[in-house]
Amino acid sequence: MSTHKPTVHPGLTRPERDIKTIVNASLARRNAAERRFRWYGLIAIGLGLTFVVLMFSNIIGRGYPAFWQAYIQIPITFDPAVIDPDGQRDPRALANADYAALVRAGMRQLFPDVQGRQELRALYGLTSSDAAFELQTRVQQNPKLIGMEQEVWLLASATVDTFIKGNINRALDESERPIKDNQIEWIDKLQTTGKIEKQFNSILFSRGDSREPEQAGIRGALMGSLFTLMVTFLLSFPIGVATAVYLEEFAPKNRWTDLIEVNINNLAAVPSIVFGLLGLAVFINFFGLPRSAPLVGGLVLSLMTLPVIIIAGRAALTSVPPSIREAALGMGASKLQTVGHHVLPLAMPGMLTGSIIGMARALGESAPLLMIGMVAFIVDVPKSFLDPATVLPVQIYLWSDLPERAFVERTSAAIMVLLAFMILMNGLAIVLRRRFERRW
Amino acid sequence: MRLSLLLTLILLSIGGYYLGRRRAFAVAGGHIRHLHSLPSFYGSYAALWCGLPALIVFALWIVLQPNVITDLVVAGMPPELRNLPPDRLNLAINDLKNLVSGNIVSSAPDPAMLAAADHYRNLQVIGNASLWVVALTLAIAGIVHAWRSISPTLRARNRVERVIDLFLIISSTVAIFTTIGIVLSVVFESILFFHKVPITEFLFGLQWSPQTALRSDQVGSSGAFGSVPLFTGTLLISGIAMLVAVPIGLMSALFLSEYATPRFRAIAKPALEILAGIPTVVYGFFAALTVAPLIRQIGTALGLHVASESALAAGLVMGIMIIPFVSSLSDDVINAVPQSMRDGSYALGATRSETIKRVLLPAALPGIVGSILLAVSRAIGETMIVVMAAGLSANLTANPLAAVTTVTVQIVTLLTGDQEFDSAKTLAAFALGLLLFTVTLILNVIALHVVRKYREQYE
Repeated sequence: MSTHKPTVHPGLTRPERDIKTIVNASLARRNAAERRFRWYGLIAIGLGLTFVVLMFSNIIGRGYPAFWQAYIQIPITFDPAVIDPDGQRDPRALANADYAALVRAGMRQLFPDVQGRQELRALYGLTSSDAAFELQTRVQQNPKLIGMEQEVWLLASATVDTFIKGNINRALDESERPIKDNQIEWIDKLQTTGKIEKQFNSILFSRGDSREPEQAGIRGALMGSLFTLMVTFLLSFPIGVATAVYLEEFAPKNRWTDLIEVNINNLAAVPSIVFGLLGLAVFINFFGLPRSAPLVGGLVLSLMTLPVIIIAGRAALTSVPPSIREAALGMGASKLQTVGHHVLPLAMPGMLTGSIIGMARALGESAPLLMIGMVAFIVDVPKSFLDPATVLPVQIYLWSDLPERAFVERTSAAIMVLLAFMILMNGLAIVLRRRFERRW
Repeated sequence: MRLSLLLTLILLSIGGYYLGRRRAFAVAGGHIRHLHSLPSFYGSYAALWCGLPALIVFALWIVLQPNVITDLVVAGMPPELRNLPPDRLNLAINDLKNLVSGNIVSSAPDPAMLAAADHYRNLQVIGNASLWVVALTLAIAGIVHAWRSISPTLRARNRVERVIDLFLIISSTVAIFTTIGIVLSVVFESILFFHKVPITEFLFGLQWSPQTALRSDQVGSSGAFGSVPLFTGTLLISGIAMLVAVPIGLMSALFLSEYATPRFRAIAKPALEILAGIPTVVYGFFAALTVAPLIRQIGTALGLHVASESALAAGLVMGIMIIPFVSSLSDDVINAVPQSMRDGSYALGATRSETIKRVLLPAALPGIVGSILLAVSRAIGETMIVVMAAGLSANLTANPLAAVTTVTVQIVTLLTGDQEFDSAKTLAAFALGLLLFTVTLILNVIALHVVRKYREQYE
């Protein structure tokens, strides 16, 4: 190009400039445009990654304190006159005794100079109502405690917990914060004597929902999620694999199978809430299955997960080379034996990977479950597929609506647990793919 | 009770398998070559005969038994109970079921109810016992039948494979039935709704306040069911989401496929896709607790009035959620453009960005449009973010700082309250569902068609 001499065309009035100069003249501009474009790309990715980091740090920052909870060490006298006046050790008497009185007595013992109804009530307000239940279970497990004196770590109320974690500004006016001046004074005193401390919050993992933040746990939701996912997997995996095998290996190419294919692709993009409407109209109103049951939730989620599993399964089946099928058929295996003995085992890791990803998605799904009544406030931990239950994401949704600061913390903690499960499942899928995926 | 029956049936089927195999060896005189199929097929044949009919009866029985028993009990009730209006009767039946299962009942049970409950319990016992008898008889009859029909000439493999084939075909129709189920369930309820509210008012009405009267003489009870404000709200939020997601998603896809080194791509691509794996309820929480207050603060600092549940917050966060969706779809599309087209452009002296802008994007445009349409349909159907971060009041506005509501929010709020099932309120949710389903279906069909057409073009 550089040797090209400028030529004067007969029809032109002025000679054309050298092409090199033309190119060079615009080169700086073009290179700048190139750099700009590159930067746009980098900025876009940077923004995307920033969002990831921001969300995670935001959630973790809010949620990690919820894994600890404030407890108060209270001297408890297991007074026989209160617990078991008859001295019979009758289990019913032990169950119905006024353990709250023991807690109150212990608090008075800690602060002997507190007087007056209001003051005392404020003092008792430092402990959670769970403290009495804790004493009850201790006595029921070990009746020998009656008559003894013990220092017992008992659950503090959610306000105390929030205050200890520094989430209530003590500079605020007394009327503007949920904790009163005298309560702050007592807490400070307890802190200096080491009688209040943060312990690992095992309640979060061992209890069902509660209206009291300090007693609320996610075990009910976790079990609900487990039951729901079990139903989902048991239904969607066999049906999904069977569909993928049929469409990929057996189905004749005709209008009917075309229809099925188009259908599956469309179902994959139908909004999840529509599946909830289906579940409400068909499973609950038509078949009369119980509301809020993991069985119905699992049914709805399996219909949602099916397309994912089918699409992944078909991809896994197509990646098995035809030579394997031909070899098996050549040895006299039937079509079904070929698929069952050779193709399916080779495609299984891919199918499992797809199913796990589908399950992870089902685990995080909440909208369709709102439709079928899994949003109820349920304290009991579900024990079967028909017990009313809720699932982890719906529990998060329910808690996020509650105004207490302590619930914000627990919501974030529940999200952390949910995300941990998601990461675990996706990680499992990646490991499966890495270990078993074959390139032919 | 039922579980033990199920286990018994499974055990019997396993027993049937071994019996069938032994029978096959016996009739073949110990020489497998005399048999038509492998012995295990004879075993499976016997197991299928044992298990399948019994399991089918078992399943049907479980589905039908409660209704049959309820009908029988109602028929046996004293006439004053039987002739109650349907909704009262339903209440009575609910009480009855609670009585039977030993739960707390709404009122003190009267003798008639107690008698009915006893009747119910008796029928249940009879039903369960007869289920056992019928299922076990069927299972044993199946084994006997298989035992007698196994002979060296029995084509056991073909029969077993026929059953498996049938299972595969039935499985593949589940997807069809799901679609039919969706369509039927929303269409039926919507038709009921359109009997109460004219379809023109629903489609073109500008007012949405789904309050229906509990009593006919109530004041201020005329509900308004115009869906236009809901759709403008949905479009506003989806529009904001697309304004965030399309540039970021598309640019990162372009960078990752055209500029990035393989190592950078291997890290950045999965990192971006984390966004796709986060449950939507987490986005909702993030939007409601972090983004919305932030936007409100910024707005107030600038002297603007920002609603605490502004469309902007929900839209922004929804946009973040959709980024990986846009980027991975456009990534596929961009990678499908043949390398020869890029090479041609480079050979003419174009820079990379010029190649992208003048060659790659025009070539990939249909596919990109398709993937954006899919993303839009996703945004329209997204529920949790808007339920948690968008408002409930149906404002007809295009102001992103105002609170708007969406179709999905209304479906959730209409259906999670306590109301009877056939009120205009609940039915309206299904009509909205129909609308939502139709709109997303149209978007999906167009998008999938465009993407497929585009792929074929370069194959």
